[in-house]
Amino acid sequence: MQDTSGQGQNSQQHPTDTTGVGAAADHTSNRLPELSGNGSFGRPTPRHDGTLKVTGQARYAADHPIRRVVHAVAIQSTIANGRVKNIDASAAEKAPGFLAILHHGKAPKLYRPSNDFMSATKPGEIRVVFEDDRVYYAGQYIALVVAETLQQANYAASLVKIEYDFLHPVIDTDQAMNTVYDPEQFFGEKLTAQRGDPDGSYAAAAVKHEATYSTPLEHHNPMEPSASMAEWNGDELTLYETTQWVVGARNTVAETLGVPQEKVHIVSPFIGGGFGCKGFIWPHSVLSAIASRQVGRPVKLNLTRKQMFSACGHRSETRQKVRLGAAADGKLTSIFHDTLVQTSPVDEFIESCGTTTEMLYSCPNVGIAHHAVRVNIATPTPMRAPGENPGTYALESALDELAYKLKIDPVELRIRNHADTNEHTKQPWSSKYLKDCYRMAAEKFGWSKRNPEPRSMRDGKLLVGWGMATATYPGMRNPGAAKVRILQDGSATVVSATQDMGGGTYTTMVQVVSDALGIPVERIQSTLGDSMLPPAPVSGGSMTTASVLPAIRKACEQALTKLVQTAIGDENSPMHGKKEDEITAQNGRVFVKGSSPSSGNTYAEVLASKKMAAVEGEGFLQPGEERKKYAFQSFGAQFVEVKIDPEIARARVTRVVSAFDVGKVVNPTTARSQGYSGIIMGIGMALMEHTIYDDRDGSIVNSNLADYAVPVNADVPDLEVLFVDKPDPYIDDQGIGARGIGEITITGVAAAVANAVYHATGQRIRDLPITPDKLLQV
Amino acid sequence: MQPFSFTQARSEDEAMAQLRQNSRFIAGGTTLVDLMKLDVETPAHLVDINALSLNKIETLADGSLRIGAMVRNSDLAHDAAVIKNFPVLSQALLAGASAQLRNMATTGGNLLQRTRCYYFRDPAYAACNKRRPGSGCAALEGFNRIHAVLGGSEHCVATHPSDMAVAMVALDAVVHIRGPKGERQVKIEDFHKLPGTTPQIETVVEPGELITYVTLPKSAFSTRSAYVKLRDRASYEFALASAAVALDLNGKTIRSARLALGGVATKPWRSHEAEQALTGGQASDQAFRAAAEAAMKSARPLRYNGFKIELAKMALVRALNEAAQL
Amino acid sequence: MDSPGWNRRSFLKAAAAAGAAAAMPDIAVPEPQVKPDVPASSQSIRLKVNGTSRQLNVDTRATLLDTLREQMGMAGTKKGCDHGQCGACTVHVNGRRINSCLTFAVMHDGDEITTIEGLADAGQLSPMQAAFVEHDAFQCGYCTPGQIMSATALLREPVGNTDDDLREAMSGNICRCGAYPNILAAIKSVRSQHS
Repeated sequence: MQDTSGQGQNSQQHPTDTTGVGAAADHTSNRLPELSGNGSFGRPTPRHDGTLKVTGQARYAADHPIRRVVHAVAIQSTIANGRVKNIDASAAEKAPGFLAILHHGKAPKLYRPSNDFMSATKPGEIRVVFEDDRVYYAGQYIALVVAETLQQANYAASLVKIEYDFLHPVIDTDQAMNTVYDPEQFFGEKLTAQRGDPDGSYAAAAVKHEATYSTPLEHHNPMEPSASMAEWNGDELTLYETTQWVVGARNTVAETLGVPQEKVHIVSPFIGGGFGCKGFIWPHSVLSAIASRQVGRPVKLNLTRKQMFSACGHRSETRQKVRLGAAADGKLTSIFHDTLVQTSPVDEFIESCGTTTEMLYSCPNVGIAHHAVRVNIATPTPMRAPGENPGTYALESALDELAYKLKIDPVELRIRNHADTNEHTKQPWSSKYLKDCYRMAAEKFGWSKRNPEPRSMRDGKLLVGWGMATATYPGMRNPGAAKVRILQDGSATVVSATQDMGGGTYTTMVQVVSDALGIPVERIQSTLGDSMLPPAPVSGGSMTTASVLPAIRKACEQALTKLVQTAIGDENSPMHGKKEDEITAQNGRVFVKGSSPSSGNTYAEVLASKKMAAVEGEGFLQPGEERKKYAFQSFGAQFVEVKIDPEIARARVTRVVSAFDVGKVVNPTTARSQGYSGIIMGIGMALMEHTIYDDRDGSIVNSNLADYAVPVNADVPDLEVLFVDKPDPYIDDQGIGARGIGEITITGVAAAVANAVYHATGQRIRDLPITPDKLLQV
Repeated sequence: MQPFSFTQARSEDEAMAQLRQNSRFIAGGTTLVDLMKLDVETPAHLVDINALSLNKIETLADGSLRIGAMVRNSDLAHDAAVIKNFPVLSQALLAGASAQLRNMATTGGNLLQRTRCYYFRDPAYAACNKRRPGSGCAALEGFNRIHAVLGGSEHCVATHPSDMAVAMVALDAVVHIRGPKGERQVKIEDFHKLPGTTPQIETVVEPGELITYVTLPKSAFSTRSAYVKLRDRASYEFALASAAVALDLNGKTIRSARLALGGVATKPWRSHEAEQALTGGQASDQAFRAAAEAAMKSARPLRYNGFKIELAKMALVRALNEAAQL
Repeated sequence: MDSPGWNRRSFLKAAAAAGAAAAMPDIAVPEPQVKPDVPASSQSIRLKVNGTSRQLNVDTRATLLDTLREQMGMAGTKKGCDHGQCGACTVHVNGRRINSCLTFAVMHDGDEITTIEGLADAGQLSPMQAAFVEHDAFQCGYCTPGQIMSATALLREPVGNTDDDLREAMSGNICRCGAYPNILAAIKSVRSQHS
């Protein structure tokens, strides 16, 4: 989701923000202490929600205890193209506990939402569930059965007989080339770009490299399958959801049901991972709602693991042709990156592999193109660094190949082509420490000891390979709002309709409040994942930190101002009658500047004296002019060691050292974990992950966690994650200075692994994953 | 899942007596519950045999090891006698599944483990001769990367997924079966059946019969044994290819050998050809490679699984090297 | 942070529901209406869960996992795959870790079950729970109950001392967030206290 337009989300315009432009135009005197690093901000801080998670008390979507809840089971198409001819539910209807069946011939009318990302009405797939009898892909929802218990619902669903008119599906990209087209844009970003003369410069280049790299279709597979629990109270709907976007879920579900947004309440305090597949809103959230209305009882719909392979998106396979031309000194003279991906018959989502290539290196001649075909597979969706991740696999593999042709060290090659500005947008970077990343990671890794010759390094019988790649991801930001309350007992609360899918938002929210108000983290409670709270953007595009934390600091400032005004207006206060700018705050006390803090009052005393329960501040901030002046981008370097046992075709990643420049690191504890997270998912991408479709009927043959291999503990070696940790001076005006972290950490990993495999073996593998069958001849 | 009735048996006699039409014994449940959820197995009645006292590992007077059918995989893997005298079995067990599943899965149940063939496990596929005899085989022309290169027929190419059984083949195990007609013993090599024209018949176990014990005879080769398993990830995954080997060495001379393969064949696969190639010769990397060639000589690749032939050879050579410790 | 994400209105509703859960009634599980052509499919069993014995009438088809979650109101144990392929549902039965999704509740009449809800002692986190917090051994937290139940059981198992031994012993618990290095660190810290 490469939205960097900086425009506000219309529906999220906060009612109390009368300026309409947020903080960019609102530079009131800042009463808050500077983020000096003396508090918890920037320091390792244990997770605020840690105890709930280790005791089993954290409630995920399917965990909420709801009285009289009944169970729904979805029936999915077993064909990938055609029509539903007949649905025979007669046996199911007689099954014990049966309550209802819904399908295209028997469902309330549903409506297509406006499908607009900025107004938070973008569904995962624009075709509405049960819209008609057409089948476009295997796994499409055909019917929903509701029964008293889960066992009864499963059994009743198994009794429903569905007849289809079968049409031959198109699954393979080669077979779909008659549908190929050039998509125009992806979330506002053009998918075709050219500067200079990429063809002519390539023809004239001293050293050339051209190759095609491919990545397979992949699935997110968060550990928590999506679930939706619906409960109607009159015409008001509460949905217990697992969503990366409570505001989006509210707006999209409301529009799909044809009811006002105010009637829909999304509750999603904990999300069992998402990685993109819970970003947009998928049909199950609507299915539980209409089923609940139908049976007059709360309904729980918990997707199966198998359903997760067709019901909430995937990453398209990619085929990427990369062509590089360089002068003998390694300076890039031509880059061309041409991407072919798949999308579905019913909607468009483009894995935009080339957009990163536009700016990652300095080069006068660059050409980017994207093409798509339509296949009978469900609609793709963002999956951890959509575009950047497979895109960097191709580009960074190609650069490694070029480095060998040039006989230049791969790190040195990248430094020689360092982009001092964003040559695509012609903007200076807001901040960029990529060279520091190379240096820090290379030193820690011991890169200087690398013999570049393939097959030259050994550990006994094992071939050792060292490879590296650049990592990058945009520094996105969207409008965000929050409220902070200082309570009469001196504690505080902070709320925002943001989400925490494991990145640590609960904790960073508290850290910001703690430092701003001088209240210990233990005395602050953060609340999120509820659509009734002040709106925040999707937890996607690595934008939560940059979007929400500045608003929280702003809210702290307003709350503190109100507290100061309360003290000034209180005849019994030592601050009575002072001017606002004569008062300052420190460690939970307000007092007259220049005097001893003990001469003032604690927050609790100020409120108690006026018999007030609390003061509340609101913050609503959005990106502004800075987005026109600067390019915001995070960078990093991934260094990987592999050891390959050529006698048994086994490759294992044995060491990874990575360094990232993501601006300020708010919480080194959770940031490091996010580093591990992306690297490990990248190892999975490099060595094992691929979803397999049977070309004959379009079904997924490995739609389970035994056959779709993701890394297990034994696959993961010692990892080291380093951060430059220098604040981005322009991303916000509240001194937070943090860009997101969730996605950059996976970018470049697969390329670094593949480059290490080449270094170990002399064999270049250009199609992922690097499974044993591709290592038989090393 | 289909409704079913359930009874619990406290003895072998009770277990037999509780059988009804379309019944299954349930022990660890790791295969049966899984397949019942997929509607691949649809028993009307389950007889729970977890309370049976077949849960002991005993060294008999003749030095053989008697393993009760209800002994859990984890207990068998960590048994001191197994680790000392039959290391290949311990290694194979620990290479299988996960610690949790090994705490559930039983010795008898593991022998009856059913294939991981995608098409067998998904009733949406009409064609599966194992599930619906005579319906065809979706895997033959389908995505068959995980399927068999040895022992397949035009009716079925599904692999047997067990690691334990492969090790037992290399140990000349004997399966003890009790049924209405009394008790019988079957050599493990004969226990599993090739698919042929009847892939739905996977073992010699008849309806109404119960596996009671597996015995491992004392042999000159069982202590010098090893298991090697190759797969896409490091753990918690079925084999693409695995090898169990046991060697009786006199110095470097191979007096006798047992070689079995997993992940590549329709049953736990003993390679007499490879054993013959080794017997009487000198243990060497070259001899091991020749044996591996012999083992895979009759392999028949399908569209996506040709790599398994080479991979199986690699597993065999590695296992032989580990067992011989040259 | 008792009820993150809940405003007052939903909190009141939740409080009522939570009260109900504390009493642990058999939530919304009516007697299955057995029809003549369907085999008898419910049975009465006694489960001892986290030290408390409870008599339950269960559908024979109900797994131990679904019984804990849907019938006993104990949602700490998670369903990640429902086929023994992820480990999120790991509980202890008679002291040993198993996948509760691959076993029927009726098979556990009289068994002692320990779930994630039963590890803390009077509000005091168990050493493994505390170590998971200290080492940030989770992110989204969904696989965490299973990881902790596995890690706790592991302390009693014959597992070797190398990092690779521990990694292998924990490989039956998939963590898609990739907390593996921190899980390893947490287990090592508890093991070193033990020895």
